[in-house]
Amino acid sequence: MSKVIIKLENDISTDDIYPGRFMATVLPTETPQFAFFDRTEFNAQLKAKAFPAGSIIVGGENFGCGSSREQACSTLKGHEVAVVAKSISRIFLQNSINLGLQVVICPSIEASEGDELEITADQVLNKTTGKAFEQVKLPAARKGIMDAGGLIPYTRARLMARA
Amino acid sequence: MTVVEKILARAAGQASVKVGDVVEPKVDLAMSHENAALVINQFQEVFQGTGIEPKVWDPSRIAIIFDHRVPAESPKTATNHKKIRGFVAANGITKFHDVRGDVGGICHQILPEYGYVRPGFVVLGTDSHTTSHGALGAFSFGVGATEMASAWSLGIAVNIEVPATIKVVVKGAFPPMVGPKDLILHLIGKLTAQGANFKVLEFHGETIRNMSTSGRIAICNMSVEAGATSGIVPGDEETVRYLREEAGVTEAIPCVTPDADATYVQTVEIDVSALAPQIACPHMVDNVKSIEHVVGTKVQQIVIGSCTNGRLDDLADAAAILRGKKVAEGTRMLVFPASSKIFAKALDMGYIHDFMKAGAVVMNSGCGPCLGVHEGALGDNEVALSTTNRNFKGRMGNPTGEVYLCSPVVAAASAITGVITDPRKG
Repeated sequence: MSKVIIKLENDISTDDIYPGRFMATVLPTETPQFAFFDRTEFNAQLKAKAFPAGSIIVGGENFGCGSSREQACSTLKGHEVAVVAKSISRIFLQNSINLGLQVVICPSIEASEGDELEITADQVLNKTTGKAFEQVKLPAARKGIMDAGGLIPYTRARLMARA
Repeated sequence: MTVVEKILARAAGQASVKVGDVVEPKVDLAMSHENAALVINQFQEVFQGTGIEPKVWDPSRIAIIFDHRVPAESPKTATNHKKIRGFVAANGITKFHDVRGDVGGICHQILPEYGYVRPGFVVLGTDSHTTSHGALGAFSFGVGATEMASAWSLGIAVNIEVPATIKVVVKGAFPPMVGPKDLILHLIGKLTAQGANFKVLEFHGETIRNMSTSGRIAICNMSVEAGATSGIVPGDEETVRYLREEAGVTEAIPCVTPDADATYVQTVEIDVSALAPQIACPHMVDNVKSIEHVVGTKVQQIVIGSCTNGRLDDLADAAAILRGKKVAEGTRMLVFPASSKIFAKALDMGYIHDFMKAGAVVMNSGCGPCLGVHEGALGDNEVALSTTNRNFKGRMGNPTGEVYLCSPVVAAASAITGVITDPRKG
């Protein structure tokens, strides 16, 4: 079971998650410090490691819209958070699967900051309110990548199979 | 089949595909910019422990263009540039455009300009606005760095789900001072910022047929702002003309067109004959209003240029309005031609002179303030009016700033007054 650490509105952009001015920083070990940088208080909490691994960011519609910058995923992955959103923008979703950031599409999710959620195989249970919400399955095409643990090991295996 | 279905079937070596099928198309062109610094890391990681030498699958199909932070704004960027140059040399990548005043520019201008993109191509780019190249009848889409590293390794795009297509039919002639940018802003307002998520926008109709490649790039460029995987204009006479006359392509240019019985998930019809100039208001690109609702809003910074509207016709339209006039006191105007070639042509045509005499600052080709890295960040609570493609909070480097998006003619007319101004009444 994990706690909702922030509840965000619709259309959270990659500029919000990882501002463009930090894009010269590429190493996944260095990107986490800039997560939600302009949300000063939340950024400070993330950096102070105030949240245990598996903590949940709840988003609305169109989470991760905008840029293809992968830093927007690596920055969240570095904090070991999960994202539950009503819908997720295409490139952000692909990047998340490729990097192994846990993202869950849950169109009817109702949760407030501080609620305890449990993510099962096909539902998100809000233990605080006692309500259950259906997940939308991630694109079937991407299952092989998830099963391999991300796109790098997946591609490596494909490359080895050719050699 | 739709255009994208046909392209994917061909590239995957299949007779046909349908929406939802999983295919692995061969990549015709893989484009990256400064993000290549990260792609290189991921690429090298793929080969780790395999005993295989890390070499890209086909150096002739990779394009790398420095545009986001040129010239380098920090030692970190300069070092990334340096690393990428080393990789380019080691792998024999020829479609490389360094920080240069002769062959440099913004990736989404360089690719069409040098004939790197052709109708029917599958194009991947580590930039969300890679949708731009649908203007030449290619299926082009944005990917992250790891996906690009995978493509560099295997030469295919792995596990692509064939997207559904929305048909956009545009009719009517644009009224004076209204053009392609207003059309795409209007369409995004109509569809919303996620209305085309996971789908392709295929553009048809007399307005598109009569539109220049420049205008088509502007509308395909911003298709991603409705969430679209790609925007595409089926290749036609204008596509062939552009590639022959402007990109110098001499070989055959076969175009891909949709079947008469192609299946679309939705059809959107737009008549532009009564369209007013459109403005996307802060902080969302689908917060689109007709200009009369925001006329008089004071602006501190005007930006003309970028991959959306920095082409020669855009500069010509803006220069015609500014000629003999002055940028208002208290307003600063920045102009970013989309490529070195466009910059040089704008010089020859006198547009650069018009801008400078009016008080605008003409910058080298690059992405500049569009992504808030350098060259034109906003001060606290400042307002910008820009021909770029995004207005998310913080986009121009300051979370307290506000960005309005518009066409080049609206930007130019507003530069003279210092407030958002209807160019039809100037």
